[in-house]
Amino acid sequence: MSMPFYVAPEQVMKDRADYARKGIARGRSLAALSYDEGILICAENPSRTLHKVAEIYDRIAFAGVGKFSEFDSLRTSGIRLADVKGYTYSREDVDARSLANAYAQLLNNVFTHEMKPMEVEILVAEVGADKDSDQLFRISYEGTIVDEEGSTVLGGDADTVNERLKANLTDTLDMAAALRAAVSALAGPERVLEAANLEVAVLSRTRARRAFRRVLPDELTPLLSATA
Amino acid sequence: MTLPIFASGQDPGSSFSELLRRMNGDQPLLRNTGAVEITHGTTIVALRYSEGVVMAGDRRATEGYSIASRAIDKVFPADGHSGVAIAGAAGPAVEMVRLFQTELEHYEKVEGMALSLEGKANQLGGMIRRNLPMAMEGLAVVPIYAGYDLRRRIGRIFKYDLTGGRYEEGDFHATGSGGRDARTTIKLGYRDGLNRAEAIQLAVEGLYQAADEDSATGGPDVVRGIYPTVATITVAGFDRVSDEEVAQRFGELLQRKTAEGHPR
Repeated sequence: MSMPFYVAPEQVMKDRADYARKGIARGRSLAALSYDEGILICAENPSRTLHKVAEIYDRIAFAGVGKFSEFDSLRTSGIRLADVKGYTYSREDVDARSLANAYAQLLNNVFTHEMKPMEVEILVAEVGADKDSDQLFRISYEGTIVDEEGSTVLGGDADTVNERLKANLTDTLDMAAALRAAVSALAGPERVLEAANLEVAVLSRTRARRAFRRVLPDELTPLLSATA
Repeated sequence: MTLPIFASGQDPGSSFSELLRRMNGDQPLLRNTGAVEITHGTTIVALRYSEGVVMAGDRRATEGYSIASRAIDKVFPADGHSGVAIAGAAGPAVEMVRLFQTELEHYEKVEGMALSLEGKANQLGGMIRRNLPMAMEGLAVVPIYAGYDLRRRIGRIFKYDLTGGRYEEGDFHATGSGGRDARTTIKLGYRDGLNRAEAIQLAVEGLYQAADEDSATGGPDVVRGIYPTVATITVAGFDRVSDEEVAQRFGELLQRKTAEGHPR
């Protein structure tokens, strides 16, 4: 009987983390931030059909970066959890925190027990009655969950983009200003991002039940060009 | 609750009821020996007009000979551009509406686009068909489904039988215990191209005549201010008509009937 090579657990975890990080770094970043009337999520995404941002429930949205098939199956599972919970109990009982925890548990399980970690980083956002009650949970490939205050960035170049985004933030942002802050942070000083390369959605505080709304290119272009 | 994760052969896809079955198993069949009275909802109507569809339902629910509720709602939004009205055993009917609403929204979110109106109508048919064993036990649910078809740009009405058979109606339909009277009233007053006010008036008159002939259908309750639930569905979406407006239509109807002298 042949013995498998001994690999230290530290090494196994490190290899998996490197693998996941590399996968995530290949994709473009995504930014989310609170503004006066809701939460805006902006992703660099040339595809019109393969969405990175999506609706989960009345006031909850999902966003993912990394490997599409993996975060898309996480999205579906989240919708399932939320809809079953809302149907079994009540619509009010569906909240972002418990959903984020469920995601964290799953990602942690996959990271520790499966051969291949998930190459994803995801965001669960819930819009509240005012800016202070908005919730942004960022969950990374190994199940670490971070409760972000006001804004967050996901993806390969997250730290740099986040610095730029933080520099653009003010206390009173309307939707157009929030969009421009997110887009200029994602683009950086050397690039200009066109509406066709952006996927934008908002969770609007003022909408009746389903707060999620996609901002389509027709609406985006004038908002972006208002920069000057 | 933990995230529902399925092996690839077990995945319920975009169906919510399939998902529930995978998670909870099949629910036991309710048996009705006739020993208990079951709450029944009664008359509902739907008719087309120039902008879309009007749906309406009276507010009475009965348990045998007694009145179980004076203010039950029988007309519900199914999603943004369609509505469902229910007659039959109130418990399973309201539950079916809730499941149907969740089903439509679930599909829309998972797939990223809404079902066609026809697809939604068929979906409801399937739910009624699955309720057939319960219908045989006396817990029948008979809805009307109506909506604005955004692709064809017209209002459409679907009726169902107990087996889930789905039939599209041209201009109007009414069902429930007073359905026949409501249907006749609407048939006599119907013409093409009714406007919104006329359509609401006709729906309300259908319910009024049904209440006149059928003990299980509630008439307008002026003392308590309870009037039928009325909703319009147009290109702008599902919109519940305010109680004030329905009260006003009823006021006009009663005035006319008084002036004309209602036959005894």
